[in-house]
Amino acid sequence: MKPKWLLFSLSIAVPLLLAGCDQSLLVFDPKGPQAKTLSDTIIFSIMMMVGILVVVYALYTFMLVKYRASKLDKDYEPPHEEGSKWLEITWTVIPVIIVIVLSVVTVRTTIDVENVPEAYANEKPLVIYASSSNWKWHFSYPEEGIETVNYVNIPEDRPIEFRLYSYGPITSFWVPQLAGQKYAMSDMVTTIHLAAETPGSYIGKNSNFSGKDFAHMEFETLVMTAKEYDEWVQDVKETAPALSETEFNELIEPSVLGRKTFSSTHLEFNPPPEGDNAGHHHGSENHHSEDASTTDEHMHHEDMK
Amino acid sequence: MKWDEFFVTGEPMIYAAMVSIVLVSIAIPAGLTYFKKWGYLWNNWLTTVDHKKIGIMYIIAALLMLFRGGVDALLMRAQTAIPENGLLDGQHYNEIFTTHGIIMILFMAMPFIIGLMNVVVPLQIGARDVAFPRLNAISFWLFFFGAMLLNISFVIGGSPDAGWSAYFPLASLEFSPTVGNNYYSLALQIAGIGTLMTGINFLVTILKMRAPGMKLMKMPMFTWSILITSVIIIFAFPVLTVALALMMLDRQFGTQFFAMQNGGMDMLWANLFWVWGHPEVYIVILPAFGIYSEIIATFARKNLYGYKSMVYSMIAISLLSFLVWVHHFYTMGHGVMVNSVFSITTMAIAIPTGVKIFNWLFTLRRGKISFTTPMLYALAFIPIFTIGGVTGVMLAMASADYQYHNTMFLVAHFHYVLIPGTVFGVIAGFHYWFPKVFGFKLNERLGKWAFWFITISFNVTFFPLFILGLNGMTRRMYTYSASTGYGPLNMLSMVGAVGLTIGFILLVYNIYWSTRYEPREVTGDPWDARSLEWSTPSPLPEYNFAITPAVDELDAFWFAKKTNKSLFEGEYEPIHMPNNSGLPFIMGIAFFFFGFFMVFSWWIPAVVAGLVILGTMAYRTFEQDHGHYISVEEIERTENALRGENS
Amino acid sequence: MKIDHSLPLEYSTEENKLKILGFWIFLGAEIVLFSTLFAVYFTLQGNFADGPSASQIFELTPVMIETILLLTSSFTIGLGIHAMRIGSKKAMMTFFGITLLLGLGFLGVEITEFVTYVHEGATMQTSAFLSGLFTLLGTHGAHVTFGLLWGGAILYQVKKRGLTPETANKSFIFSLYWHFLDVVWIFIFSFVYLKGMM
Repeated sequence: MKPKWLLFSLSIAVPLLLAGCDQSLLVFDPKGPQAKTLSDTIIFSIMMMVGILVVVYALYTFMLVKYRASKLDKDYEPPHEEGSKWLEITWTVIPVIIVIVLSVVTVRTTIDVENVPEAYANEKPLVIYASSSNWKWHFSYPEEGIETVNYVNIPEDRPIEFRLYSYGPITSFWVPQLAGQKYAMSDMVTTIHLAAETPGSYIGKNSNFSGKDFAHMEFETLVMTAKEYDEWVQDVKETAPALSETEFNELIEPSVLGRKTFSSTHLEFNPPPEGDNAGHHHGSENHHSEDASTTDEHMHHEDMK
Repeated sequence: MKWDEFFVTGEPMIYAAMVSIVLVSIAIPAGLTYFKKWGYLWNNWLTTVDHKKIGIMYIIAALLMLFRGGVDALLMRAQTAIPENGLLDGQHYNEIFTTHGIIMILFMAMPFIIGLMNVVVPLQIGARDVAFPRLNAISFWLFFFGAMLLNISFVIGGSPDAGWSAYFPLASLEFSPTVGNNYYSLALQIAGIGTLMTGINFLVTILKMRAPGMKLMKMPMFTWSILITSVIIIFAFPVLTVALALMMLDRQFGTQFFAMQNGGMDMLWANLFWVWGHPEVYIVILPAFGIYSEIIATFARKNLYGYKSMVYSMIAISLLSFLVWVHHFYTMGHGVMVNSVFSITTMAIAIPTGVKIFNWLFTLRRGKISFTTPMLYALAFIPIFTIGGVTGVMLAMASADYQYHNTMFLVAHFHYVLIPGTVFGVIAGFHYWFPKVFGFKLNERLGKWAFWFITISFNVTFFPLFILGLNGMTRRMYTYSASTGYGPLNMLSMVGAVGLTIGFILLVYNIYWSTRYEPREVTGDPWDARSLEWSTPSPLPEYNFAITPAVDELDAFWFAKKTNKSLFEGEYEPIHMPNNSGLPFIMGIAFFFFGFFMVFSWWIPAVVAGLVILGTMAYRTFEQDHGHYISVEEIERTENALRGENS
Repeated sequence: MKIDHSLPLEYSTEENKLKILGFWIFLGAEIVLFSTLFAVYFTLQGNFADGPSASQIFELTPVMIETILLLTSSFTIGLGIHAMRIGSKKAMMTFFGITLLLGLGFLGVEITEFVTYVHEGATMQTSAFLSGLFTLLGTHGAHVTFGLLWGGAILYQVKKRGLTPETANKSFIFSLYWHFLDVVWIFIFSFVYLKGMM
């Protein structure tokens, strides 16, 4: 029996150690303040959890070694025990404290990553709309008036605000080395704040299953110096073609595409679902009167009453 | 619906499945005719209302589904074992992981647990059957035909392909145009109604049919866990019923609930799904906690430590299970406030769960532990499940979840919870109660071999996924490029999956081997156990208890053995038992055809099948069936035959 | 079958008691079902899209008629159960008959109302609000329809077999079901119609 127990322990312990040593995992290799916060949070929580595991495993091993029938006297009769008030209070209160500590950490870090990174709080963020369609990503830069497909270039040391929505199934926008992920949905806009502090190429992807070619929904996030970025924008404006409505409607048809670059955005003719264009009209009956084309119909309903 | 779309085509694996389905459907009736077993099958199984036989049928169905879901899993692991693998295409892979999830949760874990509770709960409370035996048969046949309906989707029309959570708009007609998700909404609906009825049935059974003297706080822990599970079922399943009905309306009747235009809300589906879905996790975990409590107490030869806090912690878990559903979509962009509240409720579940872990550990203290096969599973559960638990706490932290969500880390976490939690639990329960039902043990040597294969391979399969997740590998990807570096760990995981397969084959081989060679067991109490079910002879007579036991404490049977007193005082009296009925089976078939016609929107046949269902209900209400009595002479004869050797 | 004569007929056997408790629990599940439908309706109630709003289609008169019919039927079924308790089969059958007729009337008005909505261009497919409305009302209406069939079957059994523990038990359980549908309607009346018309 012994070698099996050993193998069993190894099968748990070895990968655990491997995981601890390997610092090159994407999530633990942050290139910006938001991802750094998350990496630190995760490492902190792993420490706490390893502590809990050590306590449980120590007790477990002790019980199994000491109270196995083969080691005990043949006539030994285990006692009848109802439980101990103090022990039970102990293993209720300690987890409560652990949960409180983790809750505080969770709330603070959630606030951190949901806002503009602290070091850049006074700067105006660069807004980029990232919208998904089956199975690609569209990046619109409203300030620069340019649009890309399946790659996004951003300047370093500047806060970026990604605004996310979808022309189809729910997707999740994720650049693990820069920030945590968030859903892109068809009827509302969600926001990711991030900043990148090291130029380089980082993998970005959709992490939420969205159909047949979901696995190919990856994009490159290229972090450039401010100067390179400005040159790139200028270059796109001068050389890339404009994006027409017809072409955009073709683009959002289901397909897997390579990169594309345009010198205008789809935001003008196909606005994102925010503000007046949001998908839900919560209790707004005057929605009808706002919209000129439905005025007649509206009058008709008035008559019915 | 064009006829050339009716059968799924183009895949050698699917043709193989079709051939095997045809062969099996010819072989079964042929075999039954040849061995003249039609009458036996009908009288003893298809029409039975005996909770033990219904339990056995649940477990057989669950084992079959375990292999169906297991083959799905193997295919997934094989496809992702090497980068850019061409074994499966995207669509096929999507169907496979979708059905893997549905089958493992709804058609494997749930029925296995319901099967065990059918067999054990009436015995543990000293009852002769459940409160509504015929309703119980209806529950089973609805589950069974719901499961069959989902399974034929593989060859007829196409399987659901939007994930087991079937998020809209992906699951809408626009993005999932095959009938696959119609199967999803209808098959789950039919099985779900059966489950709801089971919940009601067992709640009434446990509340009203306990042996005299068995107060609530003197019930065995497994019965407690089923009581709480039944309550969760009753509160959670109607939500699924509504969600699935709305899904059907959206897909087949053009309504706008989850649509992308006309005011629909896609996240409404996600909310409804997880309001049911999270409690569902506890529906499959809590009974396993109950099983472990029984097994650990038995094989440590000690009463359960902290009985009361075990009960209260289960109640706390069941309440909290309804308050955490948002943690499945922290990333949908609600404010910090909402995410924080749900983070805290989620982490709070760790507290009662921790209490249970420590109580189990302290049950072992000063015990006398014997390492039988069921005990090995219970003992392996503690360290492995704890990993699942602590990673659950990590996932509960909203901010950190932004980096784990939808990754292999999540996949690893819930397999670390559900496999040692539920799967080990039902296998342990299966080994533990097997001799009660069949009158012989499963072979210990083979059982232990299977155990070591399963536990070690489990860790080899799923631990690498934690690391892959932290390295950015998302779930549900049918392929990835070599440059990502995900290859080696996925290969390791595949090796583990092969080991798991060997383990499960050994487990089933053990059933065959033990049936043929294992010595018969005559005492009725092979493990020297504690609760009432072991006071009956094995295998069990139809009526379970010739005389209703009188109980005055927890583990009454254990103390009765110690003090040499009898739980059964009094004279035999005629026992009233319910009659068998073919109605539940016929009703199940009618539901199957109703569902099938609905899937393809064939309205007229569907209406006809619906009328047949109403007809079975009408028949039932006009029928006068008062059951039958077993005479005192017959009871004496049965008891003497079963207990002859040792009484 | 042991019959305990100290208890009302519908509670007089062990099996009857189990069935009544079981049905109460089933009603608990029904409450969850309707709560979910209400939650869906409330979530979507402002999402009219290009379709009509609640105040544009709701009319007070038919809704008041439906309410009065259903409330009265709840009262008459109570009288029916009372008649059953004092052993008057004829009175019991009369009151049950009236109850079912009132239910039928309710259903008739509701169907007319649905037809009117559809004629005004307010169909289940028009907007998320209307999908939610039709599903909530339709589920309640389907329950009433099922109740009519079920109640009819019970009435027939009472006529043929008299007031036995079995028929009394069925009648009592049916009355619970009927009261429950009435309660659900009160919620629909207050929180769907009145609130929508305001």
